[in-house]
Amino acid sequence: MEKIAFTQLKEELFHEKMDNGLEVYILPKSGFNKSFATFTTNYGSIDNHFKPLNETEFSKVPDGIAHFLEHKLFEKEDGDVFQQFSKQGASANAFTSFTRTAYLFSSTSDFDRNLTTLIDFVQDPYFSEKTVEKEKGIIGQEINMYDDNSDWRLYFGTIANMYHQHPVKIDIAGTVESIADITKDMLYECYNTFYHPSNMLLFVVGPVDVESTMKLIRDNQNNKGYNEQPEVERKFDEEPETVAKDKEVLRMNVQTPKVMLGIKAINVHQSGLQLLKRELATNIYLEMLFGKSSPLHEELYEEGLIDQSFSYDYTQEQGFGFALIGGDSAKPDELTESLFGILQKSKAGTGLNEKSLQRTIKKKIGSFLRSLNSPEYIANQFTRYAFNDMNLFDVVSVLEKLTIEDIMEVAKDLISDQRMTVCQVLPK
Amino acid sequence: MSIASDTITEKSGYKLHVVRTDKYKTNTLVLKMKAPLTKEDVTYRALLPYVLQSNTSKYPTTPELRSYLDDLYGAGFYVDVAKKGEYQIISFTIDIVNEKFLSDSTPLLEKAFGLLSEVIFNPKKNGEAFDSKTVSNEIRSLKQRIQSISDDKMRYSATRLVEEMCKNEPYALEASGNLQDLETITPESLFAYYKKMLTEDEIDLYVIGDIDESEVEALADKYVSLQERVPVRLPSKTGKVVEKEKEIIENSDVKQGKLNIGYRTQVAYGDPDYYALQLFNGIFGGFSHSKLFINVREKASLAYYAASRLESHKGLLMVMAGIENANYKQALDIIHAQMKEMKQGNFSEEELAQTKAVVKNQLLETIDVSRGLVEILYHNVVSGQDISLDEWFAKTEQTTKEEIIAVGQKIQLDTIYFLTEAEVQG
Repeated sequence: MEKIAFTQLKEELFHEKMDNGLEVYILPKSGFNKSFATFTTNYGSIDNHFKPLNETEFSKVPDGIAHFLEHKLFEKEDGDVFQQFSKQGASANAFTSFTRTAYLFSSTSDFDRNLTTLIDFVQDPYFSEKTVEKEKGIIGQEINMYDDNSDWRLYFGTIANMYHQHPVKIDIAGTVESIADITKDMLYECYNTFYHPSNMLLFVVGPVDVESTMKLIRDNQNNKGYNEQPEVERKFDEEPETVAKDKEVLRMNVQTPKVMLGIKAINVHQSGLQLLKRELATNIYLEMLFGKSSPLHEELYEEGLIDQSFSYDYTQEQGFGFALIGGDSAKPDELTESLFGILQKSKAGTGLNEKSLQRTIKKKIGSFLRSLNSPEYIANQFTRYAFNDMNLFDVVSVLEKLTIEDIMEVAKDLISDQRMTVCQVLPK
Repeated sequence: MSIASDTITEKSGYKLHVVRTDKYKTNTLVLKMKAPLTKEDVTYRALLPYVLQSNTSKYPTTPELRSYLDDLYGAGFYVDVAKKGEYQIISFTIDIVNEKFLSDSTPLLEKAFGLLSEVIFNPKKNGEAFDSKTVSNEIRSLKQRIQSISDDKMRYSATRLVEEMCKNEPYALEASGNLQDLETITPESLFAYYKKMLTEDEIDLYVIGDIDESEVEALADKYVSLQERVPVRLPSKTGKVVEKEKEIIENSDVKQGKLNIGYRTQVAYGDPDYYALQLFNGIFGGFSHSKLFINVREKASLAYYAASRLESHKGLLMVMAGIENANYKQALDIIHAQMKEMKQGNFSEEELAQTKAVVKNQLLETIDVSRGLVEILYHNVVSGQDISLDEWFAKTEQTTKEEIIAVGQKIQLDTIYFLTEAEVQG
């Protein structure tokens, strides 16, 4: 077991790689009632084209299957695992993102038992034709629920505008039509390919005893006799640098129009410190332009182009990356034009200066410390970082080293007419 | 040992609540202002905190105020307006890093007190009026926020149920106010209301973190100055008896039908049988092992979400489910059947034990978050009770199946609301 100390933050992190390849991290947090564990596979909605275990040919699976599998893993021959957790006083959940599927629970008692339940249920799939069919009704309703949500439609509309090929453009849950094709055999095939311990990470945070928890996990894994498995081969089609579509207008039953501007990033095959620095620098860049302390934000607000729903964010994973900026606006076209203008001018340095950089760095350090109050944040973010070979606890030191030149470079690399798009939701 | 409790000190015009804990890396200040929910005041109260958080006389523009917060290591500052029972509550929250975790040792807690005081007592003004530009910006922004409620169909249907169910009761009012009244507000009238609020509201200040109680008290005395007052306390009135059940079907352009059902329970937070009601709700629809989740979602495969929750200070039990438009009748039948099962006591001791464990777990988790802890402690202020968390746990633990069946007898169906695309055959 390896111990990593973060003195300034007064945190200690313990790490061990199990014999079967599973990465385990434990962050003890005394004083908290709650313990929290996430068991995550490096497999999400974009992984729809891959070589199944023991096969030599690539195969493509229906849209939404990673998410479908997440739902189905909770069901066992003798009932569902939610029941088991709640009998043990815990609450369980799961989510599927573009790149990950995570299973989690939180509890304030019976931690060891709940942790065992978590590991065991994820490592013991049970799919039958009957339960697969039944799930199609439930997930169909989940899809319909999102279809009625204008913010979600705007979000995916913008991403779909940006990408020609990349599966990030596909809704994580798929469509009612695509999930109709899913069978139990397909679920097993995806499961066997992506749920090997060597493709997974277990993170525990809470008032736990490190030694005994590590031993519990070690014993649990040693009893299961996993064989070594090669790394999964995934395939992504060549993606052009330009956006697929400049603009899309969706007509929905809303009173207030919504606008989202998307900027597609290039050179997205990064990982480790390089990715961490890019991601933090880009977020700082957006915050300097559009944060509440910026004069540009004030102007947009005073002109009535934005309200409190206005937000901005940058995400990058290996193979795709984008900035999203937008919110509700009574004047959607004027807002679109202003945002394009601000971004273009930033390439020459407008809105970017040393003083605001230092202030923004300070702000980001503060919000990072604040987010360490949250065990959920630590577990989820740490896992995402680890899958990209980054370390969550490097955030502060990378932030402290950012210079105005780094930010200018972001502006130059990111902003280009061919890589920007807008999506609007307008009243019918 | 007590699980978590606040030390309460009566100050002139407000109560100071201090919770000392070393589990957070930040210190949190929450100031709550409470007054009865009324048609006359609701929109004023919805608007005011947003005007106050825009700027102050020392920081006359939003970028100046927000830059100051960024300089305080990105102190978080939020305002919020909500209703609890028939009160409307305004909250100001500042969340600031404990300087222990920084190489810089600026006394951040004092800065946070200073800022809170500046925002509340020293707004940017023009004689006896707020700055008119600020007011007009915030009116426009609130207008957009009110309109956007109906753009989120899940939220819209929940709001419509309450409007229909509680017609002619203050509870039908939306905490974010209404468009008609917003038109009539002026910088002068808002300022007059602000002064009234400062002298009449019931005010509670919570300070949570790894802090020294006497230091907090000294800071509070230095930065918060209010006149004595006798806050308005509403008589408990959960007891509206249902004369006739209502069914409202509204057509709209939705892909998924949104079904919302409201019941009257006659029981509110602080009543002796509240613990039983909370467990009733948990077994009925509160959790993923509940009757609604299992029967509507898992067995019949009709919904992705099918759940219930309590409006604890108003004594309502609300069901919500998203279903195929054509399945309205079937979903309703299943929900009615689950309610009947509950009232007849058709639930096992095991389900009860499970629900107690999950309720306890949920509460313990909530108080791990400083703002969650404030919400839990504030129940006592709203209900005028003094129930400790230990007591809450003990009473929940002791609750019997018979008590849950008994509380079930008080529950009456009041209103069914369905937002749907097509015509439905009732």
